[in-house]
Amino acid sequence: MADAVFLALSVITIGSAIAALEMRSLIYGSIALMGTLGGIAGFFLLLDSPFVAMFQLAVYVGSIAVLILFTVMLVKRELIFKKIEDKRRKFAGIALMLIFMVALGSVIMDSGIKSITTNEPAVDFRNIGADFLTYYWPALILMGLILAGSVTGALVLARREDIQNEQRTD
Amino acid sequence: MSNELIDFVLVSIALLGIGIYGLSVKRNAIRMLFAVEIIINAANLNLVAFGRFLPHSGGQTLALFSIAIAAAEVAVGLSLIIVAYRMYQNIDIADFRSLKG
Repeated sequence: MADAVFLALSVITIGSAIAALEMRSLIYGSIALMGTLGGIAGFFLLLDSPFVAMFQLAVYVGSIAVLILFTVMLVKRELIFKKIEDKRRKFAGIALMLIFMVALGSVIMDSGIKSITTNEPAVDFRNIGADFLTYYWPALILMGLILAGSVTGALVLARREDIQNEQRTD
Repeated sequence: MSNELIDFVLVSIALLGIGIYGLSVKRNAIRMLFAVEIIINAANLNLVAFGRFLPHSGGQTLALFSIAIAAAEVAVGLSLIIVAYRMYQNIDIADFRSLKG
């Protein structure tokens, strides 16, 4: 059975995920998204993987959520508060979500993973570091190249060509 | 450990459903990016949960790779949204019909 910490974390995570999509203001929505990402970090702590939890906090809550917040601030004010969706599509979306959850949930509940528990000790995070540097090193290098390339691409895309560079020469 | 694997998998399914709802209903580009983030986080939760219950270190390693790639994806996606906003003065994806030059 799940304990109280798990239940509180799941209420926070799922509730703020719904709030992130349904809040009227995009700014409050991105703050609610921060709540979801932090709740996932809490789940990682419950799963005895503190390294991944800290990585999640540093990358998602620390940088991605702040990046989204600044992008929202660049958008015109009336667009932040405007809701653009039609009612029929919304009901169809809710029906799709419920059908999806019930179908996948019943398949999972009937499968064998319902009875899986463990008493074994958690994986030591030193093993993860060793894995990164031994077995996964080509993937690590590739990931670094992809990160550098995508950040450079993002900078090139967002650059404005219509503004002249005003450099002082005196 | 008092929590079972099925609890984490059910939370992950709920987050995935919410993300699919957001992707199919919302027309605001930034909100669709929120939905994509929620789906990616559901996948990461599944990876770490199965890695904990096997137990095997591969789940956490893959989750770390996935988080790093998601950071790159968000950077590119947000700059695409900014470019589209500059071109159309709107973030409604129904306006992004003509993507030529």
